[in-house]
Amino acid sequence: MRFDTVIIGGGLAGLVSGISLQKEGRNCAIISTGQNALHFFSGSFESMEEAPARVIELFDQAGVRLHYREGVRLMPMGTFRPAALSLEDTDLFPEHKFARKVLIVNFLGYHDFFSSFLAEGLEKQGMQCRIRLLNLPEMEQLEQSPSEMRSVQIARTMDRVWEKLVQEVRVLLKDEDCVILPQVFGLRDTSVPSKIRQGIPARVVFAGTLPPSVPGVRTQMLLKRRFELLGGTYLMGDEVIDAHVHDGLVHSLVTRNFDSHYIEAENFILASGSYFSKGLRSNPTSVFEPVFGLDVEFPTDRNLWYNPLFAEDQPYMHYGVKTDENLHAVKDGVAFKNLFAIGSVLGGTRPEFGSAAGLAIRSALNVADQILGKQ
Amino acid sequence: MQEFTESRHNFEECMKCTVCTAYCPVLQVNPLYPGPKQAGPDGERLRLKDPYFFNYALKYCMNCKRCEVACPSGVRVADLIQSARIKYDKSAPKLRDRILASTDFMGRLARPFAPIVNGVTSLGVTKTVLDATMKIDHHRSFPKYSARSFERWLGRRAKEQAAFPEQVAYFHGCYVNYNYPQLGKDLVKVLNALGVGVQLLDKEKCCGIAMITNGMTGLATRHAQHNVEVLGKAVDNGLKVVTTSSTCVFTLRDEYPHLLGVDNSAVRESLLIATRFIFEKLEKGAQLHFRDDFHMKVAYHTPCHMERMGWGVFSEKLLRMIPGVEFTLLDSACCGIAGTYGFKKENYQASQEIGQALFDQIARVAPDVVACDCETCKWQIEMSTGFKVMNPVSILAEALKTDED
Repeated sequence: MRFDTVIIGGGLAGLVSGISLQKEGRNCAIISTGQNALHFFSGSFESMEEAPARVIELFDQAGVRLHYREGVRLMPMGTFRPAALSLEDTDLFPEHKFARKVLIVNFLGYHDFFSSFLAEGLEKQGMQCRIRLLNLPEMEQLEQSPSEMRSVQIARTMDRVWEKLVQEVRVLLKDEDCVILPQVFGLRDTSVPSKIRQGIPARVVFAGTLPPSVPGVRTQMLLKRRFELLGGTYLMGDEVIDAHVHDGLVHSLVTRNFDSHYIEAENFILASGSYFSKGLRSNPTSVFEPVFGLDVEFPTDRNLWYNPLFAEDQPYMHYGVKTDENLHAVKDGVAFKNLFAIGSVLGGTRPEFGSAAGLAIRSALNVADQILGKQ
Repeated sequence: MQEFTESRHNFEECMKCTVCTAYCPVLQVNPLYPGPKQAGPDGERLRLKDPYFFNYALKYCMNCKRCEVACPSGVRVADLIQSARIKYDKSAPKLRDRILASTDFMGRLARPFAPIVNGVTSLGVTKTVLDATMKIDHHRSFPKYSARSFERWLGRRAKEQAAFPEQVAYFHGCYVNYNYPQLGKDLVKVLNALGVGVQLLDKEKCCGIAMITNGMTGLATRHAQHNVEVLGKAVDNGLKVVTTSSTCVFTLRDEYPHLLGVDNSAVRESLLIATRFIFEKLEKGAQLHFRDDFHMKVAYHTPCHMERMGWGVFSEKLLRMIPGVEFTLLDSACCGIAGTYGFKKENYQASQEIGQALFDQIARVAPDVVACDCETCKWQIEMSTGFKVMNPVSILAEALKTDED
């Protein structure tokens, strides 16, 4: 099967490049080994160097509404981090103290949302907090299986019964000017978060939960649908196991599902992610890129790969594939002519600052522009 | 390098990321099901310590494999669940499950009396009785049996088929043989138009998927061994083997080695869904000539096992290739039937709830025809939406220019 461009990796970087190319009439395929890091998405990107208008438009056309504002976002544990571009239902605050009194509401039996930590963090900023648990009869079905009381399952129920939730929160609300709810709304019905906001007479803030991230799953579904509606081919659950390379050019890919049926293209984009997605792999002696064996720079002394203090910046998170200045992937010191690398496989990001999403988008747009001849 | 990065047990590849739980169709509707992560890799760790931890609620798994498609870490989640059922569930299958699973035995039994059997099974009173006595849900209709088997039809044309310059073997499966020979005839028409003659295998048996999921492992294994042998004869003669059922070919390729431990490595790569074979022929320069007056609004549904094999794209590209086809790709979602699963009274409601999103989308698209490569999806979608469902091969056959045109 032949395409104009084949993208290895179906996460944020792969989808943004795929949508940008497909929109300009290029015939693209995305090969994705399972789902991706969007399932852990916080809902915010770090500040964009260039004007975010293009990104906002690209997402908007897929049905993902973004808003831009330099500020801070609320983390699931009650701390704050700088951010500038967010999903509509993820707030960005100009300053840390965003309310006077806060009512934090969680669902009975839902353990992936940290109300007490949130309260502790907010009280440090001078916000008074009260925590309440909700027990909706509509949630009883979920409560029968405590291990499966997860964000996505609650979101499916809430798509149907969000009005009940609004009623109950209104009863709980006293003199608070802000209500914090777990971010488990708008999985399929994307209008639910704003309807909840309209229904509650206080500022409503949605705070992150443990994975899967509901705004992340929603974003993945909408971007994938947009790519497919534009005529793109999304090969979900397949894996590139080999590549045919000759003379600095990639000719075709071998995948597990297509075996002897090679996938050919003019250009290839490697958007295979970091260690979690196996875009990068490691063993006791090396860090490597498994599809093409691209150059990866890392110290030979393994002790230098990591910081024994777990929560500190970890050097191995900065390792990535080498490219030339135009993001052409490099193998044995030589750049491929038709293979680009984008997103987390490049390494060098600080995921704890949300910069992985920003890098994914910027590098994806850059490479799409090069392929389209705009640069 | 692999030795450092792979665990000996596949379940240890699980990173507990919970992505699979977001895509399990059963978990959305049935609170009694522990979910793919708990039932699969998490449960496996416990079961290895003590079989006591085997949970009978694993029977609610539909074996749709969508957890495996979603898994970023290559864990064969559904295989872990089905293997655990095979290993630890020692309860004998119920009579109902035996009957539902014995698709070829029932077919052989019913075919000579097809008009009578079809009449009787479609009677309201029969459905009520089956519901009350056997717990086969009364909403379901049994597929009609055909009076003439496909094997017999093609057997009579063996000489004429052998005259084609290129040959392929066809694993027709129970559905084409006993219920709907027309699909097999459509395949023969399309392949003949490509200059390819169609042969029967040396007596295939049911692929056995329904036996696997209904606890009849011994019989399923004997079928698998037999099929691998007859497939081997065809492959040794240099033939590819095609099917028109995504579940049949998936079972032959992946369930045999993964769930039954039957080695099919000699034949696996030669087993293809028909649309992939046809696509590859066209890609290599063969041509099909289509009618000028053909118009059809087609919505393609990717069956779960087609999604797992990653081959929906072949059917999609073929359908898009037909002039006059207005094509929509439906969101990939389970229709809820999962073979014999949805026929069981205790699963009927869950089955319909699982499929609802798909049924709603089909109603919105309002196509002339829903296309899909699976016979049980066809029954489910036709029953639940009223829209006609056709195999992509049959749509190709209908769009072909024939000598009379």
